[in-house]
Amino acid sequence: MIKITQLSKKYKNAEDYSVHNLDLTIEEGEVFGLLGPNGAGKTTLISILSSLLKPTSGNFTINGLNFREHKNQLKQLIGIVPQEYALYPSLTAFENLEYFGSMYGLKKDALRSNILNHIEILGLTKFAHKQIKNYSGGMKRRINLIASVMHRPKVLFLDEPTVGVDVQSKNVIMEYLGHLNAEGTTIFYTSHHLNEAEKFCSRVAIIDLGTIVCQGKPQNLVAQHEGAKNLEEVFLAQTGKALRDHA
Amino acid sequence: MHKLWASTYKEFLLLIRDIGGLAILFLMPLFLVITITLVQNDTFKTLKETKITILLVDNDQGDVSKNIQENLRNSPLFEVQLQSTEAAAKALIQKGDYQLGIVIPENLSKDLNSKVAENVEGILEKFGDEEDSLPLVKSKLKPKEIKLYFDPATQFAFRNSIKSGIDQMVSKIETQTIYKAFQEELMTDPSENFFDTEPFLIFKEIVPTEGKKTIIPNATQHNIPAWSLFAIFFIILPLSINMVKEKNQGTFVRLRTQPMSYATFLGGKTIVFLGVALVQFALMLLVGVYLFPLIGLPKLDVSGKLPMLFIVALFAGLAAVGLGLLLGTIAKSQEQSAPFGATFVVILAALGGVWVPVFAMPKFMQVLSNISPMNWGLEAFYDVFLRNVGITQVLPEIGLLLSFFILTVLISVVYNHRKNAV
Repeated sequence: MIKITQLSKKYKNAEDYSVHNLDLTIEEGEVFGLLGPNGAGKTTLISILSSLLKPTSGNFTINGLNFREHKNQLKQLIGIVPQEYALYPSLTAFENLEYFGSMYGLKKDALRSNILNHIEILGLTKFAHKQIKNYSGGMKRRINLIASVMHRPKVLFLDEPTVGVDVQSKNVIMEYLGHLNAEGTTIFYTSHHLNEAEKFCSRVAIIDLGTIVCQGKPQNLVAQHEGAKNLEEVFLAQTGKALRDHA
Repeated sequence: MHKLWASTYKEFLLLIRDIGGLAILFLMPLFLVITITLVQNDTFKTLKETKITILLVDNDQGDVSKNIQENLRNSPLFEVQLQSTEAAAKALIQKGDYQLGIVIPENLSKDLNSKVAENVEGILEKFGDEEDSLPLVKSKLKPKEIKLYFDPATQFAFRNSIKSGIDQMVSKIETQTIYKAFQEELMTDPSENFFDTEPFLIFKEIVPTEGKKTIIPNATQHNIPAWSLFAIFFIILPLSINMVKEKNQGTFVRLRTQPMSYATFLGGKTIVFLGVALVQFALMLLVGVYLFPLIGLPKLDVSGKLPMLFIVALFAGLAAVGLGLLLGTIAKSQEQSAPFGATFVVILAALGGVWVPVFAMPKFMQVLSNISPMNWGLEAFYDVFLRNVGITQVLPEIGLLLSFFILTVLISVVYNHRKNAV
């Protein structure tokens, strides 16, 4: 489904590569978790795959389509759940979703029933016509997610989709993502919640300093690391305990 | 088309949800045009109704100074207050208690009469005995200096108009003295009125006519187009801020991941903000037509001009929106877009002739004013309002406004592509 070959990204004036000669393949139907400390290159990689950033070198294809030649087809194929709430605060949830949905070419009636359906699944029917600025963090996260899946993408990129949300919202979001995956959506997900990733992902990769340091099924990775009881211990063993503050 | 409509509807919703912003957008230009027109209209009234007190120091105490005093007292503009010394008058003016002081020098009457008599005698001698005439003996009298003291806070234009008024008054007195001297030399009976001292040259002001009706441009006719244009261009502020907000709140990032062109994104904003510009303009016209007469201002005459006015407003609005889109595309923060936008509009207005007519500007600025879209818009509005022209005569101006819109949008699209395209 996603094939990344020798992909590199070096920002202007940066000393080091954010992503360096990265090779990665993600199969159709996988729930792939990209884990790494701050500044490891997770968001950069997602930004490149979702057409927000131009790679310095290398290549990738999604569903066989090369990113350089099939930009618009690729955009129709993928959904992106950004880290921040990318919503208009003064519009209602319904209006936001209607607008973003129409940008995928979805027509009025189909779009509306699609919105109502998603809103119901994520428990927001009562608040559909309230302005986003009145929503809690968890509610905004859910709308942020719906805005990215209304066109039924084949691949869904999620950049820390549960950061800063309450337990209930997180539960609903994770269940919904499981439901989408069961319906055939490939999920590419980054998170700092390693327990969540361990349970949710069929495969994970740990990225550090722009390169993949290990990858595999979570339980296999834990088994491969002597003394590790969970993914978090594998993660610390691979990336070290030093703080990774960066600005 | 579906995406453009959705973008337009979204922009419309964003606009109407911000009631405060909307009120500012529509009401502030109205307050602006009412205030400016009241100030400009009443400046002339005030000058007519309120007299300016002049401090007069009469060191001459002669006929000429009495004549000056009399003329000043008879003027509807001035009230004269005598001061004994120049120093006292100067101190009062510097304090700002008075705006103007006139110091008439010592022996002005005596020296002026002597100078004039000397010149008249010399001329008459030339006429009387051309061959035997003696060479004229030049007087040793030095030119006299009437000093004018101005409060430093007075405007340059005010000083100039006062100087010109006093200059005219002194010239008239000088001329009368010359006539009087001739009369005394030539006539046996001095009471006989030989010279007609009434002005021979008079001015006739001719204003444009429309059929049999005379078009007299008043403060309203000048201010509504100028300040409407100013308000229309102020749209670049909310528009650029709207775009910067989209970048900051992440919605623009989401849109970049969607199959949507930047032109569509700009298209929705263009349609809505162009609508805002036209509504603003319509409100300005309504104020000029209906409100101005109620508050004692001249009524705006729009009869037969409405379609042309809206055509000009449409193209001026397009130019303003184009500039706003460009600013919003380039600016990274509201701190960049808001001060730059506000200052830039003021510069464009100054260059465009909104405050000072272009013909009154220095040559270099006149050339520069040709590149201000506000100048093109203003010329087109004046053509319609004051010169009563048709569509063909305003085509060059609206063509420039349209070209400006196309150019700014093109630059925006290219800039965005270079900056964000993958």
